Amino acid sequence: MCGHCGCGSNAGTTVLNLETGTETVMQRGLPSHSHDHDHPHDHDHPHDHAQGHSYFHNHDHRRDHADHNDSHASAEGALVELETRILAKNDALAERNRAWFQGREILALNLVSSPGAGKTSLLERTIRDLRQELRLYIIEGDQATAFDGERIRAAGAPAVQVNTGSCCHLEADMVARGLQELRPSAGSIVMIENVGNLVCPALFDLGERAKVVILSVTEGDDKPLKYPHMFRAADLMILNKIDLLPHVDFDVSRAITNAAQVNPAITALELSARTGEGLDGWYTWLRREAAAVRGAVFS
Amino acid sequence: MHELSITRNIVAIVEEAARGRRVRRVTLEVGELSGVVSDAIAFCFDVVIAGTALEGATLEIRRIEGRARCASCGSEFATATLFASCACGSCRLTRLEGAELNVKSMELLEAA
Repeated sequence: MCGHCGCGSNAGTTVLNLETGTETVMQRGLPSHSHDHDHPHDHDHPHDHAQGHSYFHNHDHRRDHADHNDSHASAEGALVELETRILAKNDALAERNRAWFQGREILALNLVSSPGAGKTSLLERTIRDLRQELRLYIIEGDQATAFDGERIRAAGAPAVQVNTGSCCHLEADMVARGLQELRPSAGSIVMIENVGNLVCPALFDLGERAKVVILSVTEGDDKPLKYPHMFRAADLMILNKIDLLPHVDFDVSRAITNAAQVNPAITALELSARTGEGLDGWYTWLRREAAAVRGAVFS
Repeated sequence: MHELSITRNIVAIVEEAARGRRVRRVTLEVGELSGVVSDAIAFCFDVVIAGTALEGATLEIRRIEGRARCASCGSEFATATLFASCACGSCRLTRLEGAELNVKSMELLEAA
């Protein structure tokens, strides 16, 4: 295993298609595997190029910029101006995902929260309540295990489980790979359940239309201020587990005020995925967003 | 620990631009509102560069202060947080600077 770049199987990302049971190990594009030290496992890896020129290929799109920048190098000596955004590659792949979704009138949502806030429970309930009305597809992100993917599948929606290995968030190329397995139909809704983490997923655009942050009332109502990046990046905040409010010190209005301080445009909904209270507001929001996506393609 | 992913991106960008040449210094611009901890990048950098064209390179991180403009009264001011309020009481702020996360430049070991 290559200890330098983490390309060993222990640290690798895997994609499990829960419909077919096929698991594939992702060859991540980062970092570039061009180093020339001993790397006996190199040739065991299937190369992405073998996939031909499908939409979802993982080729590197930075080469043009690198060539351009090198022209400065020969003029100025050893200092090479790069002026490259560090997340440029992820952002470019996210834009491809976004265009892919838009062209198919698919509503893509990126669900983020702390571990245990109830993302999977909310999805299970949503699938059971809406599967006759809306076509829902789920990409499940976790560091390890297919537990959540199995729960989603049991609830009745096609699902792909992405195990990120050492990575604490989903990145755009993982979503592209998940879509390749999932093949969501036009006009459907793709819910991407990110790794439970209120920090890193805020930085990595996946190509979604909106981020939905879920905060459960068993957490602190000050979380929007403690994790401002995430609450600023989200369009919708769902306060989950409101059936437990009588037993906890969580102050709903303070949580909403705190979220609005970080993000004045954020919408807040209160619900319980367990009892079903407040779910109508979430379903109304989903229907409205899905309708907006369908109307937006040629306007 | 997204700084590990970020650092891998940095090294991939520089290594590709270097095209086999050795790199002795990398300069980054990291905004104070970027959500990335400079110290954590520095920590990851030494690990990630091992065995690459950047091995032994030094890392320079230029911090960029957060600046915002108030959407209500139009005043501009420095801010270290995402949820600052303007002196006028509004918290509708446009971030002007501080979100930067750039590889500014690299210095090659020998002249190109």
